[in-house]
Amino acid sequence: MITVEQRAEFRKHFRYNVNRRLLVDKIVKGVVFGCVVIAIIPLGSILVEVFTNGSAALSLEFLTQIPGAVGTGEGGIGPAIQGTIVLIGMSSLIGVPVGVMGGIFLSEYGNNRYGRTIRFFNDVIAEFPTIVIGIFAFVMIVLTVGNFSVWAGTFALSIIMLPIITRTTEESLKLVPITYREAGFALGIKRWAVITKIILIQAKSGLVTGILLAVARVAGETAPLIFTILGSSQFMSGFDGPIDALPLRIWRLSSLPYDSAVAQGWGAALVLILIVLSINIGVRYVLLRKHRGSRFKMFRGAQ
Amino acid sequence: MMRIPLRSSSRFTDKIFKIGAAIAGTYVLAIIVLIVINLVTGSAPIWQQEGISFLTGSDWNSVEGRESYGAAPYILGTFVTAGIAMAIGVPISTGIAMFLSELAPKMMRTPLSLIIELLAAVPSVIYGLWGLFVFRLYLKDWIETPLHNIFGDNSIIFSGNPFGLDIFTASVVLAIMIIPTISSISREIMLAVPNSQREAAYMLGATKWEVFRLAVIPYSKSGLIGAAILGLGRAVGETMAVTMLVGNATGAAAFPQSLFQPGQTMASIMANEFAEASQGGLHIAALIGIGLILFIVALAINMVAHLLVARVVKSHEGAVQV
Repeated sequence: MITVEQRAEFRKHFRYNVNRRLLVDKIVKGVVFGCVVIAIIPLGSILVEVFTNGSAALSLEFLTQIPGAVGTGEGGIGPAIQGTIVLIGMSSLIGVPVGVMGGIFLSEYGNNRYGRTIRFFNDVIAEFPTIVIGIFAFVMIVLTVGNFSVWAGTFALSIIMLPIITRTTEESLKLVPITYREAGFALGIKRWAVITKIILIQAKSGLVTGILLAVARVAGETAPLIFTILGSSQFMSGFDGPIDALPLRIWRLSSLPYDSAVAQGWGAALVLILIVLSINIGVRYVLLRKHRGSRFKMFRGAQ
Repeated sequence: MMRIPLRSSSRFTDKIFKIGAAIAGTYVLAIIVLIVINLVTGSAPIWQQEGISFLTGSDWNSVEGRESYGAAPYILGTFVTAGIAMAIGVPISTGIAMFLSELAPKMMRTPLSLIIELLAAVPSVIYGLWGLFVFRLYLKDWIETPLHNIFGDNSIIFSGNPFGLDIFTASVVLAIMIIPTISSISREIMLAVPNSQREAAYMLGATKWEVFRLAVIPYSKSGLIGAAILGLGRAVGETMAVTMLVGNATGAAAFPQSLFQPGQTMASIMANEFAEASQGGLHIAALIGIGLILFIVALAINMVAHLLVARVVKSHEGAVQV
């Protein structure tokens, strides 16, 4: 039999134990919430600094003019904006068709060892250091042809776009119910027509999401551009000459020892962050409303 | 009305379409092969000249006639900055993932994970700009100078004049940049843990923390390690922010010793010295050689990470079964 004293002893131990465990639980919850706050502070700080410092530099002249003489604080980032737009457009011309077709292959025909291999390497290259892709494009195109060119930049950026588009295409095609395909086949429609006319239409929003996220990522890339387009202070002269781009211009401006150049750098950063974040927020907002509760996964961000 | 061709297409259209898709899929493999070929041929001169001492040496001299290149300080610098970034970033990311998957009220989960993912969307060069003109000053005044004053010049890792452009600043900014990568994958992995695991632990009277420690972590361990390694892959290859913050030492001075001394990583030396290197010379071959080393390191890291993550998160597997 347990005596009364023993029972009291047990109770004391039990209380102590439970209180200690609840305390640990509370501490952990607090620490974990602290982690979230710590991660959000930099984002807030970056946005505040870019908007306050950048808005001072913004003007119509700043957005359209070529850069002035170094250190004067005159001129603008017109060539950089033009270059970023040209590069995005050109690399989409390669990246989107190849990426979408690759996604179709993985989703519709990729149920074998070869498909799994491609899927694996596609994921691997999606997280790849972009500077390696830049120096690869440099060796392959710039060294062979002999000059820095829009083509080389386009090639490098399209490689960065490709895996993102392939993967989001595959994921969104796999979300289309299997019955749609079966219904198509039952009507005697050829497989390619089922895929392009039925499945792709159904998966449209996912496709657009992937393409836009890839564009947002490519817009912010700097490292590969150093090796391929070199940068320039003039508007584009042709596809086989150097060109400027926003991230490259930000980097150049930030390394100059003049306050006026740094102010312009913040202005360019504001333009760039507006492009990138508006695409990201817009896409995710639309996606969230459309695919609430589905297992669609958003692709992981930019580098 | 949508028009669907039934008989208009020839027998071969299906075949051609499939082959076209297969070619587009193969493009990725072709690119990887091309990267290897081009980087190897591009860096051939440096391997011929330096041999294995390109990996182990620390001289870095691009003056013509006395050219000598050794990449050891930059390889080491890459792993030191990435390692410090992991030491800061992984615990915080795991905490965030735990909050998002286990603790946060349903209302907060989606907005919070969106905000975390926005951190990943900010371009690297903007992290660099912010680090250079804003964050560096806070870090210098509030963390580096006090640490330096407490431990003084005698302690090895805190010696040197805290100026802000050093290994420590670069590592902290790197940590901020890898947090969204690691935490969003970790969260996915934790969500993949079956609820029956959690319920069994709750039934035994476990608290939230005990459920996490006893049910969620053992089940998702390999995936969480994979997520951390993916973060490492990103930290190793990160260029712009590190280039702007690490201080850009060269040669033997770039060997990482103190946290508060300038350093250099593989990616940052490529970005920094590219403009000075003349085309076709040994200098550019040395930079391409560093690119090849970085390629091999990143390939190994990413492959290991994806194998680990894929074991837990099965959703990205296979194709549609028709």
